Amino acid sequence: MISLLWLIPALPFASALILVLIGSRLSKRLAAVLGVGSIGLSAAVTILVAIGFLATPPAGDSYTQLLWTWIDVGGFRPQIGLYLDSLSLVMLLVVTFVGFLIHVYSAEFMIEDDGYSRFFAYMNLFVASMLTLLLANNLLLLYLGWEGVGLCSYLLIGFWYRDPANGRAARKAFILTRIGDTALSIGLYLLFTQLGTLQIQDLMQRASVQWPSGSYYAVAAAFLLLGGALGKSAQLPLQVWLPDAMAGPTPVSALLHAATMVTAGVYLIARTHVLFSLAPSAQLAVAGVGACTLLLAGFSALTQHDIKRILAYSTVSQIGYMFLALGVGAWQAAMFHFVTHAFFKALLFLGAGVIINALDEEHSIFRMGGLRKELPITFWTVLIAGCSLAGLPFLTAGFFSKDLIIWDAWSAQNGHPAFWIAGIAGALLTSLYTFRMIFRVFFGPLGMPVTKRPGLAMTVPLVVLAFLSIVGGYLKEPLLGFLQSALPSTIETHAGALTEIRSEAVAGLIFLLGLYLAYLFYLQRRNLADAVVAKPIGRALHQWWFADWGLDWIYDKVFVQPFIWASEINKSDFVDVFYTGVAWLAQLFYRGLSGTETGRVRWYAAAMAAGSVLLLAVVFFT
Amino acid sequence: MELAFYIAGAVAVVSTVLMLTRLHIVHALLYLIVSLLGVAVVFYMLGASLVAALEVIVYAGAIMVLFVFVVMMLNLGAPEAEMEKDWLTPGIWVGPVILAGVLTIEVLYLVRGSTAGLGAGGVEPKQVGIALFGPYLIGVELASVLLLAGLVGAYHLGYRKIEKREIRHVADIDEGRAATGRDLVLPGADRPARTA
Amino acid sequence: MSLEVMLNAAGLAFVVAGARWHQADAQVMFLFILAMAAAEVSVGLAMVLEIYHRFKSLDVDKLSEMRG
Repeated sequence: MISLLWLIPALPFASALILVLIGSRLSKRLAAVLGVGSIGLSAAVTILVAIGFLATPPAGDSYTQLLWTWIDVGGFRPQIGLYLDSLSLVMLLVVTFVGFLIHVYSAEFMIEDDGYSRFFAYMNLFVASMLTLLLANNLLLLYLGWEGVGLCSYLLIGFWYRDPANGRAARKAFILTRIGDTALSIGLYLLFTQLGTLQIQDLMQRASVQWPSGSYYAVAAAFLLLGGALGKSAQLPLQVWLPDAMAGPTPVSALLHAATMVTAGVYLIARTHVLFSLAPSAQLAVAGVGACTLLLAGFSALTQHDIKRILAYSTVSQIGYMFLALGVGAWQAAMFHFVTHAFFKALLFLGAGVIINALDEEHSIFRMGGLRKELPITFWTVLIAGCSLAGLPFLTAGFFSKDLIIWDAWSAQNGHPAFWIAGIAGALLTSLYTFRMIFRVFFGPLGMPVTKRPGLAMTVPLVVLAFLSIVGGYLKEPLLGFLQSALPSTIETHAGALTEIRSEAVAGLIFLLGLYLAYLFYLQRRNLADAVVAKPIGRALHQWWFADWGLDWIYDKVFVQPFIWASEINKSDFVDVFYTGVAWLAQLFYRGLSGTETGRVRWYAAAMAAGSVLLLAVVFFT
Repeated sequence: MELAFYIAGAVAVVSTVLMLTRLHIVHALLYLIVSLLGVAVVFYMLGASLVAALEVIVYAGAIMVLFVFVVMMLNLGAPEAEMEKDWLTPGIWVGPVILAGVLTIEVLYLVRGSTAGLGAGGVEPKQVGIALFGPYLIGVELASVLLLAGLVGAYHLGYRKIEKREIRHVADIDEGRAATGRDLVLPGADRPARTA
Repeated sequence: MSLEVMLNAAGLAFVVAGARWHQADAQVMFLFILAMAAAEVSVGLAMVLEIYHRFKSLDVDKLSEMRG
């Protein structure tokens, strides 16, 4: 049953191919069946593979399936090989299952769109690329999947291509992730030239043997891989594309920019954890980036009024948590948080989609309100997801995963109290903006009337994900144990004054504090929030955080404007002379030769005479 | 004997030059005929009596006569002479003179160093006849085909419903007669005189 | 007319060459030139007539409808 592994990426890929080729000729129902069915089948195969893997664990806790040799040149032989171990199995299950739910949801969500089959083609291609990325046994195949998800992200963000703003957002996402991809590819070159292989397991082995801890190469390679991860996972300084990526359809935001694509960076670092263990400074950088990002994004999320942008910044922040966990060496905690985050973030996005749809494309939470009675199922599921995100103690999965990270930020090998404080502050911010959103949208007087209610296909995924957001927490122990075969367990060193229980208690209190503050500002006395913003310092902070800490403005001034200026002044450089010269030459001949077509007989006769004289001269005198 | 050659040659050249510079086209034609006759004499001097006769009969006698007929049919007269006067400026001779000069230089260069004079006798018509029926038989046939093509082409080009135009032409001349009160209608009287 | 002069001149050159080397080929060549000139004159003059009837003048410059 494990040998069915190759079907997992192949099924969505085949479906994407079919949809690309003949999708426009299929009926919408058929396209939906194809698109959703392929992911469903893939999920089913994943479950089969998981059963096989768990029932009879293969030797070395990993299973490799080599399909064929991709390139064979010099000593360079990357293969199309699939590598299954507990890490990739966990991610596979999440991606296929959550992906399947989101596909079911989007079958109804996108029903009125003309590009229905195109949407499913792109989505399936995305899932296929993501699965390739997860299952790759060498970094080159991983890079292929990496690029594939980047491409699909571009295609899907700019799905409604007729609006140029969507195209701009798509390009921004692509360019920024490209910066990361460049760093990643340089890292790949470095790894290959130094260690001679790109196969991940061999690579890790050779690196741990050949490179001493802290060696220059290890640090460089780790930093380069980190650069790639920063781009794809939208962390500081490359996080500015994710809020703008909300221009795409909501299922896209749910799948790509919440549950799966943005966690590719987390997966990369987890996969190459040996490399990062060899480069402590890089690992510290990972943690530092994670901590800064989670705070930064938290502050920004507090000021947004577009519901999807709040969730986007929230995603950035939560992935910051994952990076923080990776950075302090809490590998399994990071993956656990990934699993729970996929559930509740996807649910939040899908719920937001329902709300936006119901209110006729209204995005601003300040115009919404009182939807508690109108959309009850949505309210309860989104409430559960929000509590999970904020970390409602004991009842929700998010509590378990986030608090594990916060605790490990203190106690793990590379942990530091500063990280713990950052995690706690981030939790406060999370609770605050989550409940701000929930209170604004669902409570209070009715803001806008509900015009459309979601059907079954949109409601059932919400319910399923809500269920998972609750019970997911109880997966903690088995999951962590399961992941131990792939990732080293976190070594808890300095506990000091804090114990795990105490840390969880603090986190729970923070959750309640955030809830209360949100209640105060956004439900009880709404003018309190306005009063805070009205003060000059409040307004300045609000604007600064609203504009993502000014990063967009900085990038524009530092990179974009100089680039545009340089290309403007280089518009007609000497290289162009070659091309314009060819055109000029052609025009010269044209003008010259068209002058000979005078139509006057005498001119022609004279030309003939002169020509024959010349010919005679040439013939006789040479 | 050579004197006759030089005189005939001079006549041919002078009459050709005169032909080129005449304004009235019929004058030019007549000068051309004289030039051809001069060349015929030169041919005879060279001993090529057959070609001399053919030159007179065919070239000057048939082709030139055809020219004269057509010119007469076109009824070209004073207006055309005016046009020709405008065109025949001295400046117009520059190009042709240059080209002709180049050609002359070429010919002189080619025949330089060739000192042999004319041999005695000449080529008899009989020899020419034998050559025509011998090696150049195909050429003769081809020439006849060419003449046939020329005939058909000329016939086709010249064919048109001429009744109306001729009738109108005649009527114009009648008008001209009535207008001027004279029996002789000068050529070009049926068209407005050129001004400027 | 100038064309006739040119053809004549070429024929003269031929005949002179034939007389110099005592070969009949030159006169044969002149015969061909003659035949060709006759055909060309008839067709050409027919065209002149046609042009005159269409353009109402013999100005060759007026025949530039195929300009450009």
